[in-house]
Amino acid sequence: MKNEVVIVRTGSANLASVVAAFNRAGADVRLTRDRAMVDTASRLVVPGVGAFGSVCRSLERHDLGPAIADRIHAGRPTLAICLGLQILAESSEENPGVHGLGVLQERVTRFAEGLRVPQLGWNRVVAGDGARLLEDGDAYFANSYKLDRIPDGWSGATADHGGPFVAALERGPVLACQFHPELSGHWGQRLIERWLDAGEES
Amino acid sequence: MLLPRIIPCLDVDAGRVVKGVKFQGLRDAGDPVERAAAYAEQGADELVVLDVSATPDGRNHALEVVRGVRRVLPIPLTVGGGVRRVDDAESLLEAGADKVSVNTAAVANPKLLDELASRFGCQCTVLALDAARANGGWEVVVRSGRDRTGSDAVGWAAEAVERGAGEILLTSWDRDGTGIGYDTELLAAMRKAVPVPIIASGGASGPEHMVQALRAGADAVLAATIFHDGHTTVDLLKQQLQDLGVEVRR
Repeated sequence: MKNEVVIVRTGSANLASVVAAFNRAGADVRLTRDRAMVDTASRLVVPGVGAFGSVCRSLERHDLGPAIADRIHAGRPTLAICLGLQILAESSEENPGVHGLGVLQERVTRFAEGLRVPQLGWNRVVAGDGARLLEDGDAYFANSYKLDRIPDGWSGATADHGGPFVAALERGPVLACQFHPELSGHWGQRLIERWLDAGEES
Repeated sequence: MLLPRIIPCLDVDAGRVVKGVKFQGLRDAGDPVERAAAYAEQGADELVVLDVSATPDGRNHALEVVRGVRRVLPIPLTVGGGVRRVDDAESLLEAGADKVSVNTAAVANPKLLDELASRFGCQCTVLALDAARANGGWEVVVRSGRDRTGSDAVGWAAEAVERGAGEILLTSWDRDGTGIGYDTELLAAMRKAVPVPIIASGGASGPEHMVQALRAGADAVLAATIFHDGHTTVDLLKQQLQDLGVEVRR
């Protein structure tokens, strides 16, 4: 269905903000924990705030991890937000021993001592070569952990908090943002609209 | 690099924006949803909504306000006032808050901070701390300033962060409503004690005060009256901050 967006209930606390942003963009939003819906959704959003371990366990409990990973491997329209990006990695310093989805052969690390942690606020995002959805701009972050490099095969954007870290990744209609596009003002709203349009083309 | 946040604050009673000097003599200042949209449009970096309702009925209005504000607001929303239990926080988050602040209830029951952080994450858990000068330091005041606790404000902030508070909304009781500037000594003392972001509150009437607070260690500056009264707008203020050498969100 045109402009249909399915949002995964990951046990995330700010679901209302994500829903509101998609409603403002004119999307028809549905929330789910159902694997079949995750499989078949024309567009899927994987939000997440809280802890790496609890989100991974919640996805495992509802058997949603493989379905999300399959979508990303197949290049189907998927938007991961904040922890939604981090759980794509293999593991995180936040909860050692917990397996992520392993879509990215990366380990999530904590910001260094001496920095403001959590990073709560607006940071300057710079889009890298090959980025089609991402643009330079100011984005709102709320994270203590981050990905350190853009994996091979992905384009992306970086920001700086005591050194460069991954602000977002993209590959076709798959977009994974460490920042919160739903809270990043007009810039974030336009990014959401571009992602919706990218889903239309694919 | 993190950019400083300019945060308008809406005090809401029974669904309407009110404001006052030293939290007394409140005046009605309009519809919260309309104001929230206007501040976001002006370039506000975040919005704080504090429910100052004294009655349960007023609190029910607050959830409606949060829902209404969320629909129009594309920036972070912190909501506080009357949060006593994890359930209260959950209701606010479900209604559309991104962060929840706790004040009096956390002083009475510090474990509330542990519970909120473990349930929703520290990035969601804000300690609202009202501090008043006392004996060469600052003491915690609660119940909208009616009670002085005698306990050290800086020590309480450090404990709260240990327990899981991811941000401190720090109001100077001495400066609130005065317009003579933030308590920069309080901010500097707090900055040394905690690694989490600090929102400076109480006393701002112009961009110079905000620059002073940011230099003293604040990550964000909150104001209410100067915005509500139309003394200034967020966009004008940001332009002035930029002229004073502070980089702000575009």
